[in-house]
Amino acid sequence: MKDQVEGYVTDDGRHIGGIIMEMKNITLRFGGVIAIHNVSFDIREGEIRAIIGPNGAGKSSMLNVINGFYHPQEGEVWFRGNKRPSMKPYEIAEQGIARTFQNIALFKGMTTVENVMTGRQLMLKKNFLWQLLRVGPALEEEVEHRRRCEEIIDFLEIQAIRNTPVGSLPYGLQKRVELARALAMEPKLLLLDEPMAGMNVEEKEDMSRFILDVNDQYGTTIALIEHDMSVVMDLADRVVVLDYGKQLADGTPDEVQKDQAVIDAYLGVEH
Amino acid sequence: MGSFVYSILGDPFVQMWQMPDFFIQVIWEGFVSGVLYALIALGFVLIFKASGIFNFAQGIMVVFSGLTLVGLHALGVPAFIALFTTLGVMYALAFGVERLVLRNLVNQPDIILFMATIGLTNILIGGGQWIFGSETKSMITTELLIPTGSSVWEPNGGLVIFQHIDIAAAIIAALLIVSLALFFSKTKIGRALRAVADDHQASLSVGISLNQIWVITWFAAGIVALVAGIMWGARSDVSFSLQIIALKALPVLVLGGFTSVPGAIVGGLIIGIGEKLFEIYWGPLLGSGVEGWFAYVIALVFLVFRPQGLFGEKIIERV
Repeated sequence: MKDQVEGYVTDDGRHIGGIIMEMKNITLRFGGVIAIHNVSFDIREGEIRAIIGPNGAGKSSMLNVINGFYHPQEGEVWFRGNKRPSMKPYEIAEQGIARTFQNIALFKGMTTVENVMTGRQLMLKKNFLWQLLRVGPALEEEVEHRRRCEEIIDFLEIQAIRNTPVGSLPYGLQKRVELARALAMEPKLLLLDEPMAGMNVEEKEDMSRFILDVNDQYGTTIALIEHDMSVVMDLADRVVVLDYGKQLADGTPDEVQKDQAVIDAYLGVEH
Repeated sequence: MGSFVYSILGDPFVQMWQMPDFFIQVIWEGFVSGVLYALIALGFVLIFKASGIFNFAQGIMVVFSGLTLVGLHALGVPAFIALFTTLGVMYALAFGVERLVLRNLVNQPDIILFMATIGLTNILIGGGQWIFGSETKSMITTELLIPTGSSVWEPNGGLVIFQHIDIAAAIIAALLIVSLALFFSKTKIGRALRAVADDHQASLSVGISLNQIWVITWFAAGIVALVAGIMWGARSDVSFSLQIIALKALPVLVLGGFTSVPGAIVGGLIIGIGEKLFEIYWGPLLGSGVEGWFAYVIALVFLVFRPQGLFGEKIIERV
């Protein structure tokens, strides 16, 4: 594909690369319910891509398709230039797709550091007998990954809760630990399921700043879901709008905001 | 009336005080059976933590692994080769359970999975009897270099007897528990096991394969079952009635909490020592046979006053 190579430059001067992921005519059904109907969009390397829509629009379903929790009945998923066969979620994680969850899915019995370290799970290669003995190469490996995790923890400003079991942390911090764990995977594509849901204004501003910083500092491609339009408009480079499983619009925040179908879906139509 | 109260609250303690050596002997006996209860309970906890399944088949796995070991040896396989082959059989069992049962029942309600383990129990009983016959067999104790005989200790002029096999059982159980604890806390697989115990979806999202982890936990439970089978078998015999002893793991779990490894150990010891003490010192008041039901009464008390057990996670329902 020709346009896979070409990118574009954003208003604030960030260079966006070629297409990393492409959803082609995705349809997902649960029995008789059509959760997603014939939706197509792409995600480019280095951009912040938003999927928005009112409740029940199929946003989370779409994220679960990308992440492999759901398998669409129709359509194709292309990732890094290859058509992706039907895969298990953990295999998709191996391909470099990390995610967070709307309702927070942390390992509650573990501390912050341990949670973040699970993100390095796939990168630990040494034999478990070496790990058991904690010597030589296995120790070096553990120390190296631990160092990377500490960097991420510093980056997200959660040093103070490093050794706290995450189950006891407030909601906003748990969200941040979850982001840290996903970042520890050094993903090629990071999926955020309603990263700002249930937060107060201050927490939302913090989270927005972290998302922008992650994108800027690590160059991570991010796809996020939000139902709050105002948040997305400041964050995203491009926005795809869903409603009742159908695609209403796809474009820059400005374009999308002016789209009549989008305005109707959000504000209701006069009859 | 006064003498009755004395016989409950006074006399037993006087006896303990007057015959300290016998008291030590009772505690030791209780400790050893407690260790073995703990081993069986540990098998339950491993699987319950990783998959939320109460594995009814854990007891029969103890018997099955013991029978396999003895049966292989009877066929002329040298003891230690038979031991490793049995480990292989337990791995095959774990793999088979994951492939044929768990994978197909994923996301089903807990009761369905529990029923599946009851089915598995019956398959193992039937299969075990078909292959090895139903008669009682003796464990190949000396062939496995487990010491027999006993040592006598005379601390206060009295007599305390330590069966070597009991000492070996306690040491081997302790080693097994320590290595499992290290495996869980220090290795990548251990971390993955704890992750799966906490949250399935999150585990998948960081690249952990649930199927692989289930095979590993069932295999670990199989190893624990094999060790318990060897030790119980060496102390008594290998027979299908060992299953009944495995039922003792239930009160141990109620006491210690279904999700706690330290709970299984402490619970096992409390039940083991408690029932021996109660049998010896209070048993005569109730016409003995107390050992059979003491554990269940303790469990009942816990169910009423502390249903999550000593170490279990408190279940808080959000309204």
